[in-house]
Amino acid sequence: MAPSDQDLLARVRDGDAAAFESLVERYHRPMLTVARAYVRGAAVAEEVVQDAWVGVLRGLDRFEERSSLKTWILRIVANTAMTRGVREARSVPFSALGAGDDEPAVDPDRFRGPGDPYPGHWLANAAPSDWSQLPEDVLERRETISVVTSAVAELPEAQRTVIALRDIHGYSSDEVCDALDVTAGNQRVLLHRARSHVRRALERHLDG
Amino acid sequence: MAREPDCNEVVELITAYLEGALGRRDRKAFARHLKRCGGCANYVEQIRITIETVGRVDGDDLPQELRDNLIAAFRDWRSA
Repeated sequence: MAPSDQDLLARVRDGDAAAFESLVERYHRPMLTVARAYVRGAAVAEEVVQDAWVGVLRGLDRFEERSSLKTWILRIVANTAMTRGVREARSVPFSALGAGDDEPAVDPDRFRGPGDPYPGHWLANAAPSDWSQLPEDVLERRETISVVTSAVAELPEAQRTVIALRDIHGYSSDEVCDALDVTAGNQRVLLHRARSHVRRALERHLDG
Repeated sequence: MAREPDCNEVVELITAYLEGALGRRDRKAFARHLKRCGGCANYVEQIRITIETVGRVDGDDLPQELRDNLIAAFRDWRSA
């Protein structure tokens, strides 16, 4: 079983380089995701995250475990990025959600029209299929994961950032709002659009 | 809302539902719809499976140069 954050933290404080490498393995990617939301360009984001790691090490003695390590680390990367970002425009318009990308979750043609006795309900041949009946290994197949990976990659940046933190890296809604400085409502809209988009891609792949 | 949502509303409310962001009455109305609508029950299951599958997306390997830089930073910190 993977060591807990508390274990790793104690070992890092004792000067254990391998424990530090495990922390890097665990948190570098979500840190990069956050940094990219604040600064323009992958190279700058990498620099921000490396600076943030130095900040994490320097702050270790002061870190009192009142917040979780993962929350604290993301806050450091956000602060590091913001210090940098003073000179650069924020790369992702998180609060202005941007018109134009409010595509419906499901194609409106799949629902009954206003003249129907049950308007807004699924048309008989267009209702979602039951994925729980799929053969067990289908969802774990490399081609399925690759469909999902591409669907996430093609999302607008703000949506991609939120779905990556929530569903790939396992952060909570509160942690994401805190790290990205967005309201719970905006976070939810971004997550909704992102998950709806990925579901559509998965549906095209699975149901053909 | 409070009245039972239609299917085309369910697919837009699903995230608020899963996030626990619906009020008590809306939440009940939503759940009531799911109980009697197979299509929407399937849709919710599809979203759950989508979330689970996104969780299987692998991150890229971290470049060795980056690891070396960070270990160097760690040694500096330790000897400070």
